[in-house]
Amino acid sequence: MAGDRHRIVGKPIRKVDGPSKCTGQTLFADDLSFPRMLWCKLLRSPHPHARIRSIDTSRARNHPGVVAVLTGRDLPIPFGILPVSQDEHALCLDRVRFVGDPVAAIAATDEEAAFEALRLIDVDYEPLDSILSIPDALDPARPPIHDYGDDGNIHKLVSLEFGDVEGGFAEAKEIIEGTYFYGGNTHLAMEQHAAVAVPEADGRIRLYSSTQTPHYSHRALAKVLEMPPAHIRVIAPPTGGGFGGKTDPFNHEIVVAKMALVTGRPVKICLTREEVFYCHRGRHPVLMGVRMGMKSDGSITALHFRTLLDGGGYGSYGVASTYYTGALQTVTYDVSNYKFESARLFTNKPPCGPKRGHGTPQPRFALEIHMDRAAERLGMDPAELRLAHLVPPGSLTANYLKVGSMGLGECIRKVVEGSRWKEKFRQLPHGRGVGLACGAYLSGAGLPIYWNNLPHTGVQLKLDRSGGVCVFCGETDVGQGSDSVLAQIVAEVLGIEPIDLRLVTSDTDLTPVDLGSYSSRVTLMMGNAAVQAAERARELLSSAVAGKLEIPPTRLVFADRHVFDAERPEIGMTFAEAVQTAEAKFGTIGTVGSYTPPPSAGRYRGAGVGPSPAYSYSAAVAEVDVDPDTGWVRVQKIWMAHDVGRSINPVLVMGQVEGGVYMGLGEALMEEQVFRANRNGVHKFPSMLEYKSPTTQEMCDVTTYLVEDPDPNGPFGAKEVGQGPLLPVPPAIANAVYDAVGVRIDEVPITPEKVLKALQAKDRRYGPADLPPVTWPPPLQVATPRQGGDGRAIGRAIGRASGGTTSTPAAEPARVDGRVTK
Amino acid sequence: MMRLPAFTYAAPRSIDEAARILAGEGPQAMLVAGGTDLYPNMKRRQQSPRVLIGLRGIRELSGITGIPTTGLSIGACTTLTDLSTHRLVVESYPALSRAVRTISTPILRNMGTIGGNICLDTRCNYYDQSYEWRRAINFCMKCDGDTCWVAPSSRTCLAVNSSDSVPLLCAIGATVRLAGTHGHREIAMRDFYNKDGIRYINKQPDEIVTHIALPPVNGWSATYHKLARRGSFDFPVLGVAVAMWRDPDGTVLDARIYLNAVASAPVEAAEARQALIGHKPTPDLIAHASHLASINAKPMDNTDLDYAWRKKMVRVYVRRALNGLS
Ligand SMILES: Cc1cc2nc3c(=O)[nH]c(=O)nc-3n(C[C@H](O)[C@H](O)[C@H](O)COP(=O)(O)OP(=O)(O)OC[C@H]3O[C@@H](n4cnc5c(N)ncnc54)[C@H](O)[C@@H]3O)c2cc1C
Ligand code: SF4
Repeated sequence: MAGDRHRIVGKPIRKVDGPSKCTGQTLFADDLSFPRMLWCKLLRSPHPHARIRSIDTSRARNHPGVVAVLTGRDLPIPFGILPVSQDEHALCLDRVRFVGDPVAAIAATDEEAAFEALRLIDVDYEPLDSILSIPDALDPARPPIHDYGDDGNIHKLVSLEFGDVEGGFAEAKEIIEGTYFYGGNTHLAMEQHAAVAVPEADGRIRLYSSTQTPHYSHRALAKVLEMPPAHIRVIAPPTGGGFGGKTDPFNHEIVVAKMALVTGRPVKICLTREEVFYCHRGRHPVLMGVRMGMKSDGSITALHFRTLLDGGGYGSYGVASTYYTGALQTVTYDVSNYKFESARLFTNKPPCGPKRGHGTPQPRFALEIHMDRAAERLGMDPAELRLAHLVPPGSLTANYLKVGSMGLGECIRKVVEGSRWKEKFRQLPHGRGVGLACGAYLSGAGLPIYWNNLPHTGVQLKLDRSGGVCVFCGETDVGQGSDSVLAQIVAEVLGIEPIDLRLVTSDTDLTPVDLGSYSSRVTLMMGNAAVQAAERARELLSSAVAGKLEIPPTRLVFADRHVFDAERPEIGMTFAEAVQTAEAKFGTIGTVGSYTPPPSAGRYRGAGVGPSPAYSYSAAVAEVDVDPDTGWVRVQKIWMAHDVGRSINPVLVMGQVEGGVYMGLGEALMEEQVFRANRNGVHKFPSMLEYKSPTTQEMCDVTTYLVEDPDPNGPFGAKEVGQGPLLPVPPAIANAVYDAVGVRIDEVPITPEKVLKALQAKDRRYGPADLPPVTWPPPLQVATPRQGGDGRAIGRAIGRASGGTTSTPAAEPARVDGRVTK
Repeated sequence: MMRLPAFTYAAPRSIDEAARILAGEGPQAMLVAGGTDLYPNMKRRQQSPRVLIGLRGIRELSGITGIPTTGLSIGACTTLTDLSTHRLVVESYPALSRAVRTISTPILRNMGTIGGNICLDTRCNYYDQSYEWRRAINFCMKCDGDTCWVAPSSRTCLAVNSSDSVPLLCAIGATVRLAGTHGHREIAMRDFYNKDGIRYINKQPDEIVTHIALPPVNGWSATYHKLARRGSFDFPVLGVAVAMWRDPDGTVLDARIYLNAVASAPVEAAEARQALIGHKPTPDLIAHASHLASINAKPMDNTDLDYAWRKKMVRVYVRRALNGLS
């Protein structure tokens, strides 16, 4: 095995933060306390959509214990994670857009006083017509929630065509159509968001926040507070889970920072679970229409994918989410011609955003059920169908994604064998079934959130004559183990032990920027930067030690806290002595490393979402029992194989796989973010008791296979694992339900009443009927690599869309010359 | 985090003292045993008593006495864990032990009491919400408002009796013992409840539940089937309890079927009982009785899971319960 050369990388060593977490010593944001600290509470809107006529805070200000009250006027500058969606205010200015939108803030000497004073704020609202569903949002007669976007309540409209889709359908022997719905759900991280702002004597401010992205919070704070970023320090303490729920800059972070500046006292906020449901940024509900053309051997000649995203009240990551519902369909099975149309809609509900898998579990659910249907139609085994049409490694897809290493075939073979698929598929007794599905995910987005040409991450090392090494990096460990990955990589390269390292992370004052823990980017990007910084340090040490020992530096080995001659291991010195030797020769020893992803191949508008240095792959087989009397689905077991490229720490990788299965199981069977349209659009049950997610009793057995096909772009070959393994779970379960009782459930969650309805339905199916009509703009045309395209758009097809508006040329140097012909 | 409102806490040492304090403080006072139901409600401001009278310090309220041949007496403050693991209960009232073990989680059962469980506030997902949430729906009849949002034309609250022990205790014929400033009384468990989500128990404001009396074990067998989303934590969205007396030849002498979590009070399936009495429970008869029982259940859209589906499940669950005893 490749890993045998390594002492630390690839080994299941203990998480560096394990002991402090297990013994309760870790301090989370809510554990922090400072002298004279105030407590902050937010007053939230009871209306889904209303204009704020006036706010009277005088009664609240006079309440005992209240020190300060803020309203939107105190923080008028908008912010948002994406530069194109700067549509949020720390406190609503004149409009509220969902039940739970914050309108005022109170800081008081204790939390009870702040809470009581909330009821003393008088807000005069003028309720507005509220938009609570996808059809509502598409109705041009309804009032727009925002004054920007692509049309009415359509926030973002995308229409792309790669190659010749009509031609592809003409070539097809079978055309398979389907409509799917993926219900919205939320992250449900254990830690509720908390933030503490501490004013510093010279007018500067320090913010501790449970965030996955201190860098982006830092930028939003600088913007809204109108302060130089250098005077703001954002620290992310160890975070108790995020899953994408803590990747936006949040109103409460800005509010406590402002409160601290206004009062000159530390200010803390800890959200209730209900408020966390209002922060949301979770899975978009997506309605999908899929049309797929196939030859009789199963090769995909054309794929037409339409998605409608229910975005909630604000932009958040939504524009990226929209593209993600279309980007990764091409990296698993070869797709010759591909058309993608999508619309994200504003609705008066908490904003949706990125949840583990960001925008890709929904289309993956549709695609993998669709493949199961296709296999049946073609009379092929679903595993064989997929294996026959895998995207080859080292290829460029129709939408210009560069696939590097590609272990999906191995993943499929592993789970097929492990689950004894061949003996079970379509052969188990009625009520029991197996289903197969696959998935793929990015190892970090190729482009940053805001346009810049700077590195995505940096690592800085300070080597000390004592033999200790201090590692500085902006990365944020949200429980996934990025601190351990950082320590293992640096220790590996320098031949020392993780315990010899001091990690200083996620502190915008002390650490080089890392963009944050999102898009599964940390291991690959930070890992590469860490390798670079550590190799540079090793070079300095090698040069000094080689000079002293009078041997060529290439003969030196760094291992077991020693630096020695490979040919005569007794000749050498300790690591500490090596640092001293280097320090004597070069002065203080410090090195840096950084990482910027390779440029992407696509140059059309929208090409920024999808490219990644490497794609991970997963395949799953689920075995389920379905009770035909009740419709109850019990998942007995999931076999999951994941192509991680190379595991830096196999136990942490397995943990991520099992966590992904758990979360996917919840999404498949029960988790559902729903609202009461009859009662003001309130969240139906913003609590952990009634928002159902699986307990250990519902968790299935999991057998995990790690497939290690090292990727040239990954540190030691490593790719992502944090998000990918969730993707195959819901469709594998849906396919298994079909195998068990012969009904198609084309939406999640797959609840017992849906299964029972399908069992009683004529078409033996439960799912959405069709997509509501949308006037799609003519697609932006891009010739595929196979057609000799260069990644640029060649224009918009004119007048092809029904009711389409006149064509708008692409931003790129486009020739508006109609369609591509072969 | 959500915090409790301010209150005064009284810790009486005897039932009489507790009853005196309760009568003296009037409606602003409430009893608390394990607090597992009351404290979350207080945090959400569904209930805001000024005075809490803690019962856990009253020794006579805890523990189990008696023998199965003449019946057991269970102190109201006996924890659910102690009740479900008590040797006599496990051996002679196994269905009760199992029903109690389905309540929430082991941790909650260590704290929650049987008295609290039978007095459990009725539940509704328009009501079990924070003050701010309820303000957004303009409150409801049960608390701070005047309309029932589950059924706006309803003049009573339809919040659901969600206790797991109650249907079984009703089916086996348990009784409730109460003490107040005016003395003691005993009432059949099935008469303890009202079809009214607000005034859901027949208890005077100054009365305390002191004991639950289990009938002697004399040839009946019982079972409890719970429908809930998950294997832990969750309240029932349907509970089916059956107690059956049978002749040695198999003929049903009596079969009391109680459904819970489908109304504000446990619902007796009287027609199903009549259909079973005097017959041997064949699959056809069981199917018929299950159908009759399902007519009695009218679940509303105020709990977890689809209410039309829950209604369909009544028949399935009654059938399974009867099958289990036949
Ligand atoms: C997450 C969660 C899940 C739950 N799941 C279940 C479940 O699955 N099944 C279930 O049945 N219950 C469930 N419960 C409800 C509840 O916790 C239990 O029913 C428990 O038994 C209540 O007992 P307690 O002693 O804690 O009651 P308390 O909270 O102390 O009291 C409850 C009510 O009873 C009154 N009361 C208590 N003792 C007496 C007495 N001796 N005389 C008169 N009035 C009295 C109180 O005034 C109060 O109104 C759950 C609760 C939670 C928080
Ligand atoms: S049933 Fe009606 S009145 Fe009772 S709690 Fe629910 S909404 Fe309120």
